[in-house]
Amino acid sequence: MDLQLLKELAEAKEAKRQVVVATHVDDGNSQLLFPFETDEINPLLEAAREALRRDKPTEFEDGEDKWFLNIHNPSLRMFIVGAVHIAQKLAPMAAASGYDVTVIDPRRSFGSTFRFPDVHLDDRWPDEAMDELAPDRRTAIVTLTHDAKLDDPALEAALKSDVFYIGALGSTRTNAKRHQRLTNKGFTEDDLARINGPVGLNIGAQSPAEIAISIMAEITAILRKGSTDDL
Amino acid sequence: MLDKAVKDDVLAQALSWKEAGKRVALATVVQTWGSAPRPIGSQLAIDNDGQMVGSVSGGCVEGAVIQEAITLMEEGGHKMLEFGVTNDEAWEVGLACGGKIRIFVETVN
Repeated sequence: MDLQLLKELAEAKEAKRQVVVATHVDDGNSQLLFPFETDEINPLLEAAREALRRDKPTEFEDGEDKWFLNIHNPSLRMFIVGAVHIAQKLAPMAAASGYDVTVIDPRRSFGSTFRFPDVHLDDRWPDEAMDELAPDRRTAIVTLTHDAKLDDPALEAALKSDVFYIGALGSTRTNAKRHQRLTNKGFTEDDLARINGPVGLNIGAQSPAEIAISIMAEITAILRKGSTDDL
Repeated sequence: MLDKAVKDDVLAQALSWKEAGKRVALATVVQTWGSAPRPIGSQLAIDNDGQMVGSVSGGCVEGAVIQEAITLMEEGGHKMLEFGVTNDEAWEVGLACGGKIRIFVETVN
């Protein structure tokens, strides 16, 4: 590997760009790929894109050429809207799973450091907070308030971004009403299909901690496998 | 989180050794079979004094990787190493856990 390439890699990581080091295992040469920053289509870039999405380095063969693709993704982030009881359980689980967690709730009695001692709290309205936090492909968004005034602006911001996961707490009935409101705002069926609601895997969860587990498991499955279809 | 921090440290250390005028090699796990101790993509940086940061196994094969890395620093180039387990080797340079790994070793030029 060239020293110059190592320096460029360090700079790219510093700038939180999603970068892949593609090493040709026969000739030993490496190159940096930024597959989300180009429209170019080729098998190597597609494999690099998939490796970044799955957060997993991989070997890749293209005819005679064998590559090793080592990935460098910026930290995962999770924005939890609603500093509710489930959030108290979900925030530390997400942190332990490697996420930088932000809990958003303008209601001070909910989003207090007493209730969330080691969590980054944001007391702005969700739309304002989302604007600045700029959710991206490495972000999961979970809304937990049940309150349309708080959840909907966050969901709208989420749907306009390319976050890898959107989850919304609420029963099937609440979920149907939410769909109706978002449809009225101009979102399509395809948009709404991105929202996982009722949130979490169906593991019979009852307590806040169990619900947090079901949400964390769903997010993990979508991050690592792309879907929960085969569960 | 931890894994990411370790990965960052390895590359940062490789860079700082290089900038201090040392010879540096990088070892990367490129494939694993069975219960390998470190996942694909794990890295180890080695300098010409045999100092190392990061890991490519739970300590099972690092010694052998360092030997190869130091040879490469003198001769240049890159090399693919493969480690598995046999009963005789298990406490030498094999993997006691029973897995098999392939490691790509290269110099930083």
